[in-house]
Amino acid sequence: MADLITQAASERAQIGPGGLFVATLRRDLMLSLRRKSELVNPLIFFLMVITLFPLGVSPEPGFLAQLAPGALWVAALLATLLSMDSLFRTDFDDGSLEQLLLSPQPLFIVVLAKVLAHWMLSGLALTLVAPVIAVMLFLPAEGMPGLMLSLLIGTPTLSLVGAIGAALTVGLKRGGVLISLLVLPLYIPVLIFGTSAVQAAVTGLPLGGYLALLGALLALGLALAPLAIGAALRISVSG
Amino acid sequence: MADSKWMPRWFYQLASPRWCYQICGKLLPWFTVAALALLIGGTLWALIFAPADYQQGNSFRIIYLHVPSAILAQSCYMLMAVAGAIGLIWKMKVADMVAKACAPIGASLAVLALLTGAIWGKPTWGSWWVWDARLTSMLILFFLYLGVMALNSAIESESTAAQATAVLALVGLVNIPIIKYSVEWWNTLHQPATFKLTEKPAMPAEMWVPLLVMVIGFYAFFAVTLMMRLRNEILRRERRAGWVKELLLSK
Amino acid sequence: MSGPMLQVENLFCERDDRMLFEGLGFSVDAGEIVQIEGANGSGKTTLLRILSGLSRNYEGDIFWRGEPIDRVRDQFCRELLYFGHQPGVKALLTPEENLRWYCALHPSLDASRVAEALEQVGLAGFEDVPCHSLSAGQHRRVSLSRLYLSDAPLWILDEPFTAIDKRGVAAKEALIGRHIARGGSVILTTHQDLQGSSVVRSINLDRQGGH
Repeated sequence: MADLITQAASERAQIGPGGLFVATLRRDLMLSLRRKSELVNPLIFFLMVITLFPLGVSPEPGFLAQLAPGALWVAALLATLLSMDSLFRTDFDDGSLEQLLLSPQPLFIVVLAKVLAHWMLSGLALTLVAPVIAVMLFLPAEGMPGLMLSLLIGTPTLSLVGAIGAALTVGLKRGGVLISLLVLPLYIPVLIFGTSAVQAAVTGLPLGGYLALLGALLALGLALAPLAIGAALRISVSG
Repeated sequence: MADSKWMPRWFYQLASPRWCYQICGKLLPWFTVAALALLIGGTLWALIFAPADYQQGNSFRIIYLHVPSAILAQSCYMLMAVAGAIGLIWKMKVADMVAKACAPIGASLAVLALLTGAIWGKPTWGSWWVWDARLTSMLILFFLYLGVMALNSAIESESTAAQATAVLALVGLVNIPIIKYSVEWWNTLHQPATFKLTEKPAMPAEMWVPLLVMVIGFYAFFAVTLMMRLRNEILRRERRAGWVKELLLSK
Repeated sequence: MSGPMLQVENLFCERDDRMLFEGLGFSVDAGEIVQIEGANGSGKTTLLRILSGLSRNYEGDIFWRGEPIDRVRDQFCRELLYFGHQPGVKALLTPEENLRWYCALHPSLDASRVAEALEQVGLAGFEDVPCHSLSAGQHRRVSLSRLYLSDAPLWILDEPFTAIDKRGVAAKEALIGRHIARGGSVILTTHQDLQGSSVVRSINLDRQGGH
């Protein structure tokens, strides 16, 4: 008798992993877009941190131009980190995460879709506004392609690694500061290669090598981070 | 357990906290004696008999503390991650306890490496801190330890904490080579190579043999502290088990 | 198929140094309702979470159709519908959007019947209203409408009737009755007496822990 039910399920057209990826991406984007105030928070944060550098160090253009690659990358990194905590938290609080873990579909599909949605509204958005803010730090025009390309390839890795921290701390009431502690040391290689790419672009050196290194980090992140995120989510929900 | 067929028997014996507690108790005196002998012998040798460096004079002698603690800090992270993975995969409690016991030891060793590096830096570079590649990597390793310890203490349920920490330690283990490489590369980009605390191209035997003795001594000392912490942790977690009650009553 | 669908043997679970149950064993056959009873804090939710595979903090064996559950996890997830403590409804999405995502997540849910299911739970006309303007009871109804879409043979329901009015409860009971008649089985916790179902078997956790 029970087999009849199962059979009914298998005869129906089912939504495959690809459909699930698109559905999850759409859902997460929709959720973020309906909460507009939180949507722009990383960008405002990015702008504010950048404002602190001239105020805290020196408004002298030559000096700021030298500082700009590092400052922009550090600010982008912190802005990504800031938005990381909410990645799985609402799903954890309202029980969607349990349903997600009980899906027979591969978990990494959903995880990748969620991280991609997060990146589109943090990393990608930061990449797009970065040139405008870079002008405020007197970054030479030659540095702009390097800045945008390095952010474009580097920030997805930040989202992937940050998601591991978010998944590990999602069961805790206050995960915010802890995430930074767990994730910041892991961000260092991306910071180093990203900043170097911008510096190379400013001085007119070829960018390819740096971007390739950032790309390699991204490939590694895409391959391994979803595994760690999935395991961390199962552990957090189980606990 | 479904996958018990191919695992050797001692592996499962090790999984028993009681057996592990007893074997650690038996090994402890031996390791203590070895650690004391090696560390005292090595220190005397290093401070008195090893020749002074022709460039750095006597200040180089701090490598006899710095290098072993740096090596141990790294090995300890690896042990922590591997133990965590074993705990994660085979649900072995003792492995979780080993991983938990490793973190504070590793963090202290990293601090020792950083302090000795700073002390060495003062006469050599003229400042307490230099963004040297090795010191920077060690600092980041220390941060990784701090993250592991913070996560472990933030999660109340012990088994959840152990599992989450194991995942983090494994992620860190994958990242350590990348961090090391990127920091070294960053370092060569920003400052020309000056004195390196280690990496002597040709260190004479009278210099490196005591260093080797010290490294082995540190390993023995590490084993002693690890076993002592492990025994404590076993007693704490198994406090309601019959054998622990018997053990405490018999004393 | 002969033999029980779900079989539990020698289950042991402790939480915060307190044993919840030990040596717990039971089986669930096709066409059976198993009601988990017990005082608050006796581990009802924990047991359901263990059975569904969400919690791994247990010792003992669970078999799904005769196979150890960890080996047939995918198949089990395909045949399971879990209704948890939290309804899993996004306040910013409409009921329909919520359900559509669940249909993508679980192949056992029939996406073509979403509108029908919402009507069944009395949410017709609310399809396009964001859930934050719905009441708590309506939230749970949104989540419960998954039951109308589901082809999964095993339902695990944690307090499915909380915050649901009398008429709603009667409808859900009828639904569970139909599911049983089709050869499905249900494991649930509830503080209400199930009416009109003669096949309910109850398992009391109060007698398990003991202290």
